Amino acid sequence: MSRPDLDRGHYVAPADTMSVPVDVVRIDAKPSNLWLDSWRDLRRRPLFWISAAFVLLVIIVALVPTLFTQVAPNSGCLLADSNKGPTDGHPLGFTRQGCDIYARTIWGTRTSLIVGVLATLISTIVGIVMGALAGFYGGWLDSVLSRIGDIFFTIPYIIAGIVVMSVLPQRNELVLAFAIGGFAWASTARIMRAEVLRVKQADFVMGAESIGMSKFKTLLVHVLPNAMAPVIVVATLSLAGAIVAEATLSFLGVGLGSGTMSWGLDISQAQTNIRTAPMALFWPSLALTLTVLAFVTLGELLRDAVDPKARAQR
Amino acid sequence: MAVYILKRILQAIPVFFGATLLIYFMVFAMPGDPIAGLFGDKQPNPALLERLRAEYHLDEPFLVQYGYYIAGIFRLDFGTSFSGQPVADVLARTFPVTLRLAVMAVGIAFVLAIIIGLFSALNKGGAFDNSMLVLALIFIAVPIFVLSFLAQYFLAIKLGWFRPTVGANNDWGDLWLPAWVLGFSVYATSMRLTRASTIETLGQDWVRTAYSKGLSRRRVIPVHVLRNSLIPMVTDLGTVFGVLMVGATVTEGIFNVPGVGNTLYQAIIRGENPTVVSFVTVFVVVYVLINLVVDLIYGLLDPRIRYVTT
Repeated sequence: MSRPDLDRGHYVAPADTMSVPVDVVRIDAKPSNLWLDSWRDLRRRPLFWISAAFVLLVIIVALVPTLFTQVAPNSGCLLADSNKGPTDGHPLGFTRQGCDIYARTIWGTRTSLIVGVLATLISTIVGIVMGALAGFYGGWLDSVLSRIGDIFFTIPYIIAGIVVMSVLPQRNELVLAFAIGGFAWASTARIMRAEVLRVKQADFVMGAESIGMSKFKTLLVHVLPNAMAPVIVVATLSLAGAIVAEATLSFLGVGLGSGTMSWGLDISQAQTNIRTAPMALFWPSLALTLTVLAFVTLGELLRDAVDPKARAQR
Repeated sequence: MAVYILKRILQAIPVFFGATLLIYFMVFAMPGDPIAGLFGDKQPNPALLERLRAEYHLDEPFLVQYGYYIAGIFRLDFGTSFSGQPVADVLARTFPVTLRLAVMAVGIAFVLAIIIGLFSALNKGGAFDNSMLVLALIFIAVPIFVLSFLAQYFLAIKLGWFRPTVGANNDWGDLWLPAWVLGFSVYATSMRLTRASTIETLGQDWVRTAYSKGLSRRRVIPVHVLRNSLIPMVTDLGTVFGVLMVGATVTEGIFNVPGVGNTLYQAIIRGENPTVVSFVTVFVVVYVLINLVVDLIYGLLDPRIRYVTT
């Protein structure tokens, strides 16, 4: 039998040649996923441990301030002690009203964290809902929700917070958290929308729909859990932003009332005596800055860790 | 390009109306009677009350009131400040000072950001790069009022290099300290943006081509790398303006710079809500316009943007 193609001398590989696999899948290798990879990356970075330890300390101080100070922060202030330096039992001295600076700084942690966490919860939940619906359903719903997001994006949340808090007669932690979180969700929604758009393309989403799962259930069960990573990371950074916003609003006098312990309020009250008693200004400022720095550092390290592209750029 | 411009302008219109409506709604939802507030403890004459109500259109439905307010904005009538001066007049008086401060701050921030960002990118992973990244992180974390007080206490009061507050008569030279503080609140993100964008540009084919043509580093870095790395900085301008709005309010208040921010700061501190709302409205309207202009410039500089979005 004559085959023209073979007769012209084309090479045909013999059947028994040893083939070398190009892409080996090692079954015995440890299973991995996004979070595990991120964790392996994070635990090698000293900055992660430092910021995580500080965040933990801040949380403990906020939960049980009495562990760190026995002095009442707001009662028992003696005007006779006004702007006095450190004495026994009062390591950081006194404010203009004669209150213990150390006790006020410790108790201020709780206010900062409560407002920060509540505001972040609000902005993250609203952001997730708006972004997920816009990204998953698309069409006119996407247009409407994205334009609403643009509107909220246009008003910086500290500026919006100033208007809300000036107008509202009632001032407490929850109102403040709504004033901040209610205007800070737009960036979270944008991130969520982009991530949902990406996950929506995955085969398992098509699979879920092809076996008759309803659209809403697909979104809830398959899309959302796989689109959470960037939002969770951004929430850490939002928390830092919300803490700064609370302090700024309290500093401007539109935050919490004078009965509460707030770093921003203490800084604002100490500013008139900056020449004579700078320490009353310094300590709450330091606590505020270190807390924000810890959350920002943690958030950025997390963001780099879950983003392989950012990891490669280092 | 024309389609892109038109589309972008059409997108800005609902944002403008939405944002102003949102602000107006927040104020409208305020409990209490604004007219009764004008009289303090005195019991006003009902006829006068009725006349004032009609004068401020308070007897009309919400959307009609909003219509009057929007019509006012288009006539550059932003209402009257608490002291009785038209907000537009206050703006005309205070805006030049704030503009001067903002130009100095953005100038300081961008010059530092470009130089340090470029050197950081060229020595990626080195000691200089790492220390500058940590420094940038610190500048991102420090709230602007803390930074203001630190500068005021150490540089002005302790070292005496600057005057601690600016006051009524001010020249370019008097604004250095608030300008540096405001500049540093902008600097960190800009520097990191320059660094990231330079690192990306350094890996591009045209940079390799330039080197392989035999061009020197001194030509490749400024002409082929830096120029292309600066395009993303334009998009940052919109964000920068947002930071400046909050930053100027706080720094002008602390350093007593007689600018727009200080007027807003004083109004907030004294609880003069109508003035606060007027100024916030002005800020937001300007912010929408600036973001529109920034997007148009970006579309002009980078053809990919206008083709993708059209």
